[in-house]
Amino acid sequence: MTLLLDSAKKSTVDVRPTRPRLGPGRAIPYGRVLGPVVVLAAWWGASAGGLFDPRLLPAPDTVLAAALDLIERGTLQDSLLVSLQRAGIGFSIGATVGIVLALLAGLSRSGEAVVDGWMQVQRSVPTLGLIPLMILWLGIGETFKVVIIAIVVAIIIYIQTYAGLTGIDSRYVELAETVDLSRARFIRLVVLPGALPGLFVGLRLAVTGSWLSLVVLEQINATSGIGYLMFQAQNYAQTEVIVVYGLFGFVSDGLLRLVERKVLAWRSTLSG
Amino acid sequence: MALDTQRVTTPAVRVRDLVRGFGSTAVLRGLDLDIAPGQFVALLGRSGSGKSTLLRALAGLDRGVAGTGEIDVPDQVAVVFQDSRLLPWQRVLPNVVIGLDGPNADRLGRDALAEVGLAGRERAWPRELSGGEQQRVALARSLVREPALLLADEPFGALDALTRIRMHALLRELCQRHGPAVLLVTHDVDEAIVLADRVVVLVDGAIAVDRPIELAQPRSHRDPAFLSYRYELLTALGVDAE
Repeated sequence: MTLLLDSAKKSTVDVRPTRPRLGPGRAIPYGRVLGPVVVLAAWWGASAGGLFDPRLLPAPDTVLAAALDLIERGTLQDSLLVSLQRAGIGFSIGATVGIVLALLAGLSRSGEAVVDGWMQVQRSVPTLGLIPLMILWLGIGETFKVVIIAIVVAIIIYIQTYAGLTGIDSRYVELAETVDLSRARFIRLVVLPGALPGLFVGLRLAVTGSWLSLVVLEQINATSGIGYLMFQAQNYAQTEVIVVYGLFGFVSDGLLRLVERKVLAWRSTLSG
Repeated sequence: MALDTQRVTTPAVRVRDLVRGFGSTAVLRGLDLDIAPGQFVALLGRSGSGKSTLLRALAGLDRGVAGTGEIDVPDQVAVVFQDSRLLPWQRVLPNVVIGLDGPNADRLGRDALAEVGLAGRERAWPRELSGGEQQRVALARSLVREPALLLADEPFGALDALTRIRMHALLRELCQRHGPAVLLVTHDVDEAIVLADRVVVLVDGAIAVDRPIELAQPRSHRDPAFLSYRYELLTALGVDAE
């Protein structure tokens, strides 16, 4: 075998007919970071060249300085912790509810009739528009903030998971029947893994959704959190603080993508 | 021999007056069939003759299909489909032992994989295997359950001719060792004669020919007796065999 490889190595000629590629081809290393880096470089260059009014868009180094300053004073960590806690609780509740509802709707006809019709209506109602109602019902404390985030997350996750679930090949369902899987095992071995690609799309959209809701929610009767920080920044025209916020969305999405790649290793798709 | 006669009196599969139809078209018209324990039956028929309908009825997969009749099958029934139906998100070993209970499940799964010649591939993903290998995993998945009845719906239909010949030998060997009653649906007359103890030809939803194959294994395509079975079965299928 080694002999064969050695003799193969000696040949330097490699003539082969190749077809024009239709898929996107091999992934560029660190490709996801490339887009933001290009924008960052352009921003830096333009700021340095005096193209932007620093009052409207500060230079990247000003933003970095602002971020370091916030970290030094502990404001950023504290706000982040408070926000993460709110988002975390709301997200967990919302994700659980979303997945359970998707299972109900996907696995039983009566569940489909009750849950899906209602959720599809709910989808077209802007949840942030429910804020006044939630304040009336739940008071203006922490609860309504968590509930709003949970609703936002639940709807997004439901829609994507349900779509993934109904897309599972019926041949696998038939197989599960012939090997006499119990319902619990059917859900664990067939339904959830089959719906996982859809669930991940939902998770990524939901993370963005919960960050978004936070900004709005933490401007209502809050004295802490990222949204509050931004509200203050807005009042005092600290544009640099607002830009720091963009980083969080990027980081959380990147983390989820990483998990997704591990969990969905079995897939062979267009994206490779 | 006494055991044999006793077995014949209680068949593994007993079908009486089976009627199945889709819409206004009758697919099976009052079909009767007995399969003895350990007997290998090949079911031949043109496409649309109702052979898959019969197999799905025996597998209990024809919910929602209109019909009447009596079906009696063992508790342990395994099904092999034309496609391997391995769950793409599970590795090979979990695919084999899917639905199996007990602490021995993994060991049984490994043994079954070794039996089909795939020892060492337990951790592979299904898409990393060739079509023939995937079908061997599907065979391991059905045999690990020690079925009393193995239903196979054109299990080699999607394989190339060379792989198919090797799969024939493997299936024959596995069935001899495990001894399930087998119903193999196929449209390949040679495959039926090579493998089966008995060939049943389905024409228009009823059994037209029911012929025991009395040839010693391994069977040769050049054997004159083989050729005469071939001629008879092809004629029953409406093919001009000359």
